Formats: sequence, C-alpha cells, structure tokens
Amino acid sequence: MRPLVEGVLPKVRFRDPQIEMAHGAGGKASRRLIEGLIVPLLSEHPSEPLADAAVLDIEGRRLAITTDSFVVKPLSFPGGSIGDLAVNGTVNDLAVSGAIPRAMVVTLILEAGLPTEVLEIELRAMAKAARQAGVSIVGGDTKVVEHGMADRMYITTTGIGELMPGVSLSPKTVRPGDQILLSGPIGDHGITILLARGDLELDADLRSDTRPVTAMVQALVEATAPGLRWMRDPTRGGVASSLNELARDSGAGLVLSEGRIPMRDTVRGACELLGLDPLHIANEGQFLAVMAPEFAELALRAMQQVPGGEEAVIIGEVKEGPIRTVLCETPYGGSRVVDMLVGDPLPRIC
Amino acid sequence: MKYVDEFRDPQLITRTASEIRRLADPQRHYRIMEVCGGHTHSIYRFGLKDLLPPNIELVHGPGCPVCVLPMGRIDDGLAIAEQNGAVFTAFGDMMRVPGTHGSPFQAKARGRDIRVVYSPLDALKLAQANPGKHIMFFAIGFETTAPSTALTLMQARALGIRNFSMFCNHVTIIPAIRAILDSPDMRLDAFIGPGHVSTVIGCRPYEWIARNEKKPIVVCGFEPLDILQSIVMLLRQLQEGRTEVENQYQRVVPWEGNRPALKAMAEVFRLRPYFEWRGLGFISQSALRIHETYAEWDAEQRFRVPGIRVTDPKAAQCGEVLKGVLKPSQCKLFGRECTPEQPVGALMVSSEGACAAYHTYAHRKAAEVASYS
Amino acid sequence: MCLAIPGKIIEAVTDRTDFAVVDVCGVRRRVNIGLLENEGVRPGDWVLIHVGFAMSKIGEAQANDQIRMLTLLGESEAAMQEIEGYGFGELEPPRES
Repeated sequence: MRPLVEGVLPKVRFRDPQIEMAHGAGGKASRRLIEGLIVPLLSEHPSEPLADAAVLDIEGRRLAITTDSFVVKPLSFPGGSIGDLAVNGTVNDLAVSGAIPRAMVVTLILEAGLPTEVLEIELRAMAKAARQAGVSIVGGDTKVVEHGMADRMYITTTGIGELMPGVSLSPKTVRPGDQILLSGPIGDHGITILLARGDLELDADLRSDTRPVTAMVQALVEATAPGLRWMRDPTRGGVASSLNELARDSGAGLVLSEGRIPMRDTVRGACELLGLDPLHIANEGQFLAVMAPEFAELALRAMQQVPGGEEAVIIGEVKEGPIRTVLCETPYGGSRVVDMLVGDPLPRIC
Repeated sequence: MKYVDEFRDPQLITRTASEIRRLADPQRHYRIMEVCGGHTHSIYRFGLKDLLPPNIELVHGPGCPVCVLPMGRIDDGLAIAEQNGAVFTAFGDMMRVPGTHGSPFQAKARGRDIRVVYSPLDALKLAQANPGKHIMFFAIGFETTAPSTALTLMQARALGIRNFSMFCNHVTIIPAIRAILDSPDMRLDAFIGPGHVSTVIGCRPYEWIARNEKKPIVVCGFEPLDILQSIVMLLRQLQEGRTEVENQYQRVVPWEGNRPALKAMAEVFRLRPYFEWRGLGFISQSALRIHETYAEWDAEQRFRVPGIRVTDPKAAQCGEVLKGVLKPSQCKLFGRECTPEQPVGALMVSSEGACAAYHTYAHRKAAEVASYS
Repeated sequence: MCLAIPGKIIEAVTDRTDFAVVDVCGVRRRVNIGLLENEGVRPGDWVLIHVGFAMSKIGEAQANDQIRMLTLLGESEAAMQEIEGYGFGELEPPRES
C-alpha cells in the first residue's frame, strides 16, 4: 500500500550539549535524541519508522524482539512495583507488535546498600507477573554499582515473541476513516507515581494500571487481523506522544473526541489541580489500536469481552488532514492541537 | 467536577456562542484583549476561537508572570542559590525557563539541587525537614500568588525558621494594563479582566480603565462558559455605549477583594520603584520586594545579588506581541528559531505565553481553518 | 498566577486552625485557609485553591445564578424565533440583567 503522504520529513539533528531528564520523558526531546543521534549511529535502516518491537524474519518464522529499561522512583507504589513494570512493559511491547510474548531475559543493576528484602520482593513480583503473562524468564545478568548510583535498582529486559498469523502492522497502512481505539482509562500510572513521590503532598485512592494486555490484543487479532493497522502502548509521553508518532509516520491527521476519552475522576482531579494534560501522562496497562472502519465495532466487542477490557472505547478517527497533526475536538465544536510532550509533565501554577 | 463541569456544558456553550454571533455587529471588527495568561491558555485549550465569528479578534495580553520575567532574574536566582549552597525551589512553570546558562532543569542535570514545589509552604516544610540546608524559594506570580508568599514568610518568621529565604519576583497587574493602554499602537475595544488576581485585589482597581480610558472590562472566570459569557457582556456594553467594570466571575470574586490577603501583602511587601518586564521594558511601581522586617528571609537582603541584566535578541518581537500589536505567527522567529522546546523570547517560555499557547494548540491547524485571522 | 481549582473542605486539621483538608475529585491535600479567616471555613464548604491556599469561598447561589442566566439566553432566543415565526414584525427581546 502506498503511504498516505509521500515525501521526506526534515532530518532531525541532535545538538544538545548534554543529556537531560527531558531526553528520557518520552516526548519531543526523547525523539530528538533517538532519531537524531542514536538511530543514525546504530541502525542499518535509519529511515524505517520506529516501533515498540523489531520484527525479524528468520527463515520464514516471524519473531518480535524488544528491549526496555525500568527506572522508577519510588520502587514500589500503589498497584505494583518496578518488577511488575519490567515484566508487563516488555510483554506489552511485544503484544502491541502483534506477537505472543514467549520469553525474556532480565538484567538487574543493583545499588550497593539495597536491602536484600527489597530485591526479593521485586524478584517475586517479576516471577508472579511472568506467570500471569504466560512468559518465561530464561536468563539474565546482574551487576552491582556503588551506593548513590542506580536509584536502588534498575531493571532492563529483552523480550521475544512470535508474530500472530495475519498480523501486518505499519503506520503506512493507516487510511482516512480508520478508527482509533483505546483499551481503557488513561493516566492511572503516571499520576500514581507522581503522587507516590510525595513532593506534592497529594493523597488519592489511585493505583497504577500495570498489567499485561496480551489477552485483549489476542482477542483483537483473532477477530479483526485483516483490519488492524497499528498498535502502541502509550507509556511515557502518554496517548499524545504515541499518536503524534503515528501522525508523523503515517502523514495522517488524527482527530480525537475529547468527550470519549475515558479517565477516572481522581486522575482528572489531579490533572486539573496540577495543570497537567491527561493525554501526556504515562499508562502501563493500556494500548491504542487503529482499525479499518468496517472492523471497528467487531474489534471493540472483542476487546470488551476480555476481562479487564470492558472499558475499551473508540476515541477518534483518522482523517486526511491537517497532516501529521493530532487534534482533539471538544463536545461543542472547538478543537485544539494535541502536541507531543516536550519534557516531563510538570505541575504548573499559571 | 462540581463548579467546573457546569461551566463546560456543551449546550450552554453553544447557546452562548449563538448569542455572541447575534450580538456582534457584522460591520464592526472587535479587538478584545484577555490580560491574563490563564485566559489565553483556556481559550486555546477549549478551542474557543472556533466558536467566535471572524470579526471578533482575541488579543493576548501580558498577564503571564513567567513570560515577563527578565532572563537576568533567573540567572540571579540560580547564582544566589549556587553561591550559598542553597536548594533552589520553584513552581514547575519556572523549571524550563532559560537563563543565560540554561534553565533550572539544565542546572539540575549538571548536579545542582533544584526541586519543584506545588506550594511555597512545601518549600518551607523542606526547610524544616532539612535544618542543615538552606532552602531558597524563587517566588513568581501576580497578586494571585503574592498573598501565599506573604503568609509563608509570616509563618517562617513566626516559627523562627532561619534556613529559608525567598527571591521575590512578584509583579502587579495594573501597571501592565496601563503599559498596554499607554502604548501608541494600542487599538483595543475592551478587556477580559483577570479572574484570580481579582479574588485578591477585587474589581475596584479596574475602574480607571472604564472611567478614564473608556474601555469596558469584565472580570472573568476560566471555564469556557465564563469566557463566552464575558464576551457577551462586553459586546452588550459596546453596543449600548457603556464603559463599566462588570464582574462575571461572581461565584469567586468579591468586589472588595480579599482583606486578609491584602493585609498580609501590606505587611510583608513594598512596591519597588521600578522593575524590568521582559518585552515591556522598565515599569514603575510594578513589582514587589520584601520589607526590611522580613530581611532575614529575603534572599536579596541576605545574600549578594549579581544583578545580571540580559537583553533579548533584537529579532525577537516579544514586546509587540505582548502589546497585541503583532500576532505570534507574525514574529519572524516564531516556529523556526523560537519554539516551545527551544524558546528565544519571553512568550515562548511558558505554556500560557501567547506564542507557546498558539504554537502548541493551534498553529498547525491554522492553515486548515480559513476563518482564523 | 491563574491556575486555581474548586475543592471541597472535607475536614479540619486538629492542631492547626489555619489549615484544612480539601478534596478535588478524590485527590486530597492540606490547604492553608488563613486568607478566609474572616469568613470562616467549615467542612462542606467549597473553596478555590491556588498553590496550597484557599483563595475564596465559592458562592453556590452565584454559580447557580450564572448558569440560570446562561440558560435563559438560549430560551429567550428560542422565544424570539417563535414570535418572529408568527410574523408580528420586529419585537424587542426581554432585557436580562
């Protein structure tokens, strides 16, 4: 299929003299670092759009491989801990690439002085999450660094999975009329972490949404593989950043309906209070899918029938323009551009 | 959310927008300035321009305390903290504002102890929890935020917390409005007046605008219905030839303002004879400094202030955009050298600055929306 | 400067009369209520919160009045259109205050 928009995007250059936190936030700064420095130096195919996992064709067998790193403070928070994130995050990257997650290897970077008890808790969390996700942890590596480094513990993972039959995902297959689906309410994880850090002195009954989305993705693929164009799990940078990447890679205009985007009241309250845009907040148990319109209702029903998928909803659609832009429409006829996050979402007073 | 959702009711918004179209005289081009950056932000966030007829032009005013802060003051604040081994604390809005040697976050990346706080009270709490460190709070904001700074200083003094100070950059709104009205290029018909500043100063301080300058002004809330209703009220004034101060935000703004807030400010602050506003130049009696009684908690009286002055690049046309003479997209640097990620000028540094708001929320769709003027 | 949000006072703070706990959609925080000492603040009151301080009490009556006025806007227009439909000629719309 010909992509929607031909033409070369302006070359991204990375001119920042030093690395900063913004480069890890999943937004524009991150893209600049990855596309302007890392990919050009490391990749054999620097102009291919970047996805959550790489698909390898090894003598006819299609495998997906992904790697991820987990750096979170605090290590443990309502709804989970770094161990859960490490397993579920990897599993989800494979799932949204259309693969059944099969195995992963794990690297632990441990700070000297970390209590063994804490490490054990995380190992048990990972084992449990792996069992629940149906994935085997088959190997790994461990390093210890000096006290003061590694924020207690960093985890990196590499996961491998098998592509499901009939799956062919690419931003270039996206067409006007395609529907944008979201698996459930946004913002739970990011706001939970923000509150758990304690600097804002805010208290709420909110938990991270960390969970494997494999079952929902499988149901979706089984029901509607021919109509499935693209999927992504909106982690750091939120729904806004994931959709902006799609808009940019496909050339399409994506139009969201503000009223249809699901969000818990507490997430909404925290965002209003702190002046944050929920579309920029990280999620660890949700995914986006773009479906051909004739399959959209079927897709929704398939997702909703999976336990945990009841809140799946269509949040918008693909249009011809404005190109490479994500718009959000209000229920009363206004619209705004949804931009990619610049750096970490910061509470504001203005 | 109570007191929020009712003012975002789609049906009422549609009706109010219809009333605006009904009232607007098609022979007339209206230029209405919203003074406050928060209104600029709301207008873009809720896509309100899409609901207005093309002959109503909203001009973005200078009410963005981050935008009007001269770069030199950021340099000063960071320098004071560094030279005295102090922890630099500030609201999130300040963290990515570039000084000459980078923003506070960039300084943090180089190892400085820089922390975001939600409230000045949290900075004070940090001081209490860390008696071995000095905590400096970089205070910004108009009169909305000044009382909070004042009360925090009063508490610091009452509790005898000595490892705490503030670097005060509070500015006042009336001189900014005066600077707009005094500008020879000014062609404005009416004002959408500050909402939360008015909870502190009340509505009386705007009476000279209506009486002497003969411009209608409506004190306005921040939800879509508030802004649309205020435009209705302004159009009615203009139609009927009235020039009055009206309070649309009555559920929150008392006409007489907040007495305890004004009292606290009077105790803790004095007016500086003049202060530099980025993009507007020096304005007299437009900013607050901390009174001698609180000298111990005033970073400027306690520590040496480098007094760094930085001029903006000549190519940046912030002043003209601030005064509403130019639209953000008309500045030569807009979207090219000057973007929210790499801001050159004042109005790009804060998400509610006219240029940043337009760049983030609107400019890519402007080409598609023929009616945008 | 401008970001302030309505919240409901849900409890007093035992050792501090100038603080209370406020709830915004389930998110809770201690806020300073010193600026409202003249009016008095009680659990159940709604206040406007800015940087950890309650700036103003929210007037339920005024909020309802505003909504009512806006509702009338549309109604008088609908009434106008109905009357115009009868062909009685130009009629002045009723004045709202």
